[in-house]
Amino acid sequence: MTQTIDPDTGAVRTASKDMAQDKHQHGVLSQALFPQDRFETRHIGPDERETAHMLSALGYKTLDALTDAAVPPDIRMQRALTTPAARSERDALAEVAALAAQNQVWRSYLGLGYHDCVMPPVVQRNVLENPNWYTQYTPYQPEISQGRLEALLNFQTMVRDLTGMEIANASMLDEGTAAAEAMSLALDVAKDKSVHAFFIAADCHPQTIDVVRQRALPLDIEIIVGDPMTFDFKAVKVFGALVQYPSTDGVVRDFHGFCARAHESGATVTVAADLLALCLLESPGHMGADIAVGNSQRFGVPLGYGGPHAAYFATKDAFKRSLPGRLVGVSVDKRGKRALRLALQTREQHIRREKATSNICTAQVLLAVIAGAYGVYHGPHGLRRIAQRVHHLTAVLAEGLRRENKRVRPGLFFDTLRVDMSAAEIARVRAAAESRRINLRAYDDGVGIALDETVSARDVAELLSIFTGRKLEASDVEALGRETKPLEFGDLSRATPYLEHPVFNTHHSESEMMRYLQMLAGRDLSLTTSMIPLGSCTMKLNAAAEMLPITLPGFGRIHPFAPPAQATGYKQLFTDLETWLAEITGFHAVSLQPNAGSAGEYAGLQVIRAYHRERGQKQRDVCLIPHSAHGTNPASAIMAGMKVVVVDCDDHGNVDMDDLKRQVEAHKQDLAALMITYPSTHGVFEATVKEICSLVHAHGGQVYMDGANMNAQVGLTRPGDIGADVCHLNLHKTFCIPHGGGGPGMGPIGVAQHLAAFLPGNPLIKTGGAHAIGAISSAPWGSASILPISWMYIAMMGPDGLKKATQTAILNANYVAKRLSPHYPILYTGAFGLVAHECIIDCRPLKAGGVEVEDIAKRLMDYGFHAPTMSFPVAGTLMIEPTESESLAELDRFCEAMISIRAEAKRVETGAIDAKDNPLKNAPHTMDVVCATEWNHPYSREEAAFPAAWTRERKFWPTTARIDNAWGDRNLMCSCPPPEAYK
Amino acid sequence: MAETTRPKMMRPDDRRYAETHEWIKPDGDTMIIGITDFAVRELSSGNEGDLVYCDLPEIGRVLKAGETFGEIESVKAVADLNSPVAGEVVEINTSIEEHLEVLSKDPWKEGWLVRIKPDAKSLDKLMDVKAYEAFLAGAKH
Repeated sequence: MTQTIDPDTGAVRTASKDMAQDKHQHGVLSQALFPQDRFETRHIGPDERETAHMLSALGYKTLDALTDAAVPPDIRMQRALTTPAARSERDALAEVAALAAQNQVWRSYLGLGYHDCVMPPVVQRNVLENPNWYTQYTPYQPEISQGRLEALLNFQTMVRDLTGMEIANASMLDEGTAAAEAMSLALDVAKDKSVHAFFIAADCHPQTIDVVRQRALPLDIEIIVGDPMTFDFKAVKVFGALVQYPSTDGVVRDFHGFCARAHESGATVTVAADLLALCLLESPGHMGADIAVGNSQRFGVPLGYGGPHAAYFATKDAFKRSLPGRLVGVSVDKRGKRALRLALQTREQHIRREKATSNICTAQVLLAVIAGAYGVYHGPHGLRRIAQRVHHLTAVLAEGLRRENKRVRPGLFFDTLRVDMSAAEIARVRAAAESRRINLRAYDDGVGIALDETVSARDVAELLSIFTGRKLEASDVEALGRETKPLEFGDLSRATPYLEHPVFNTHHSESEMMRYLQMLAGRDLSLTTSMIPLGSCTMKLNAAAEMLPITLPGFGRIHPFAPPAQATGYKQLFTDLETWLAEITGFHAVSLQPNAGSAGEYAGLQVIRAYHRERGQKQRDVCLIPHSAHGTNPASAIMAGMKVVVVDCDDHGNVDMDDLKRQVEAHKQDLAALMITYPSTHGVFEATVKEICSLVHAHGGQVYMDGANMNAQVGLTRPGDIGADVCHLNLHKTFCIPHGGGGPGMGPIGVAQHLAAFLPGNPLIKTGGAHAIGAISSAPWGSASILPISWMYIAMMGPDGLKKATQTAILNANYVAKRLSPHYPILYTGAFGLVAHECIIDCRPLKAGGVEVEDIAKRLMDYGFHAPTMSFPVAGTLMIEPTESESLAELDRFCEAMISIRAEAKRVETGAIDAKDNPLKNAPHTMDVVCATEWNHPYSREEAAFPAAWTRERKFWPTTARIDNAWGDRNLMCSCPPPEAYK
Repeated sequence: MAETTRPKMMRPDDRRYAETHEWIKPDGDTMIIGITDFAVRELSSGNEGDLVYCDLPEIGRVLKAGETFGEIESVKAVADLNSPVAGEVVEINTSIEEHLEVLSKDPWKEGWLVRIKPDAKSLDKLMDVKAYEAFLAGAKH
């Protein structure tokens, strides 16, 4: 028997360890007496005893009492959430598998930038299904991130080689947004700023055109859609042009002349290119392109009904400072050894804010890692073989169709054909295809067929049967294959080599590949090692049961533009999730389309813009943003065509109400929106938040809530009730989608009723509101295949579990704040001296001894921890967000590391140890440094590498010493360095 | 950190200073512009190797007073370069791009950035060295 504390009443009661057994002894037998394992107790770190201990340390009797003190009463939700009751892991898995089974996996030959492919099982098991890879955060602490940085460098090198460009970034959200970013770059580098038109080839993928069009709208860029072969750059001035290679209906065109004509008129050219086609075709760079973008999905990533997939972005070296997104670069560490880290960060929103090249932060790292691994595993010869095979089968299909007098469109093709047909013939062919569960692309005057890596001779035989009405066998196709030659691409035939680097020519056996992936994973600190207390990032548990559904074929092998009737399981999943998220946020409707928080912000602001315009208030273009906001906010506002006006914060980190009153008054004619994070970026429940929302509304503005800190709200309060009109949710924070080392993310937006009509649409599949704005993402429901993760979380937690998770997140943060407060000042607190779900500790007092916040961050690595968020929102501080998933033991371990580091800093301060040569300044300590014959430091090797007891049992060795960031930015190299550099 | 706790570096009194931490010095018919030791330190947080990039304007560009003509970046920060007066860019310090560490050692002479032909000779609207130092002491940094 153990003593427990009733979480509701605070009463101490004595209970049996095994409730079921206890009640069984009372002789009541029913299903309810044998409850299955409750997921809530697995997700939430502290058990009842630990919770009681922490509450008592804080001086509260119950979680509810703590919550009542921390959260302002006027915003508290007065009822329980109405999401469905908690299901066990087993039951929820069975239910989600049933949803997957409702989806019909047809053969999809739809193309449009999405192709079925084979994820190498060694990659599936060792990367996609491996928490060492998917639970990592963005590699902001490079010394403990060398594995994924190398994997991303492989991706960048592969993209650079195949596209023939000079520099490639570490992924974009999707092909459509990559094309939109290319338009922004083109505008940025354009010499003649008076030109405000952008050309798009009509045979680009329709969803790409829509995403770019929507992006152009608020920036007053005129979009001209036309035929690239006849477009006259002299007659119509444009600053840039976008073409598709091969085109959406499969035509391979030579853009040499097009690029030359564009350059003559001062325009840059973006080529949206298919990476597999580039294994046989000359590259965009070879043809003179300035930018290349595209989707890398077919390099081993499932279709997933639209995502997540890593898009790529490559350009010329001259444009590197205008490049959007994260970029991995090579530098050196303190030992002078090669080391990788994120390069040219000053381009990005977290530093340059409204002047950033883009608002993108979370990208598609895990998917880029997979695509890069696909390149490493197959190597240049393997990729070429795959491309040749797909192309040859397409040539055979074309030949077979032509022999039957089918009108295959003339011209060069890679893997996609377009067949012209009469209306009657179209109807017959489509009916025949449907009876065989095959999707073909529909045109008004024919059909399209795009083949892929998974296609066999039997599939081609089936396709020919559909068109001819005669039954053909694989052997017929094989016979035809012997008579059919692949096309001669002439000048476009790939002569430039690619993937010559040893990394792409070594790991081709499964043993080699498995060990290579394992070696990389071992260099990185993930949640499998220890808590990652990054403030504002919510690094909570990504449960195995949540992850299992994503590899079910019923979720993975659905083409994003397959007829919705084949995806009824997905439809149910979306409906559930939209309903639940609307309930959790207090909103009327939800759009699942945005692929990241940044995309959610952009989408939400576009919705607000459309709303004002609909009401004849097009002059409303001012966006108020508190000084303490995430850099993404101002960057998104600029993309949405708004003017950023900064609102001051007071000494407590709250919005300065006097300044806000001044600003809303000054902008009452042109106020469009206020963007606010809640709880604030300072980790405090601002008591004035309702008043802030009312003020903005009274002056004609809309309130955009940044949902980055939603983990402190679920079940306690709701953005809609507080007064927000739009809010994005980072499903990769609050709702358990893993960070994947920097993506995938999902940033759905919830909106109040008056905005629902404007939720984003899609040109191919009906979605969004009655007056839908254009597409925000390429796919209608964004990264659909990871939505089961959030579905599972909400289903398994139930309303009580969700609320308790939030309360425990607040408890854990306050416990850490309390334990650390004697050693580090806690910078901001709200009512009763409490923080919300994160706390900011002030490290500036340590500067007296010359110890910088960075030294603490690096020293934590020697203790086996990832640093909290550094210097945001205040320089010289650390922001700690423990989340509800960490147990008391893990919280204590982290606190002990921080306290021990404080003592080390004290020794520096008092002069007991050298100010420059000490464990903090030299951190992190790598194995080779600690084990070297020479050791010339005034502290021991033991102090260096084993500063805490637990490090003897579970030592995490950083593989790299402190990295020289500046060296890398001054000597920029963003692809795999030549082999001699490895020695 | 308060300005007073920093080691003193003599700031020259032969030029004028802007609130955005540029200096401007008359030199015959032209004037040269640079940034102050304070600006360098704020950008590089005292670590001279942290300056990584400087973007300077094309020769012939005509600048308005206060107009941004370039940027200077450290690993973690970026600052605009603003022209204290109106004029035309006639020369830029091309050697600086490869040797940004010069700015930490000698922001006053060797670390000059651009030379302009000013529209007017007067620098009266800008601060002298005493006023600039008072400005630094008064501002919360």
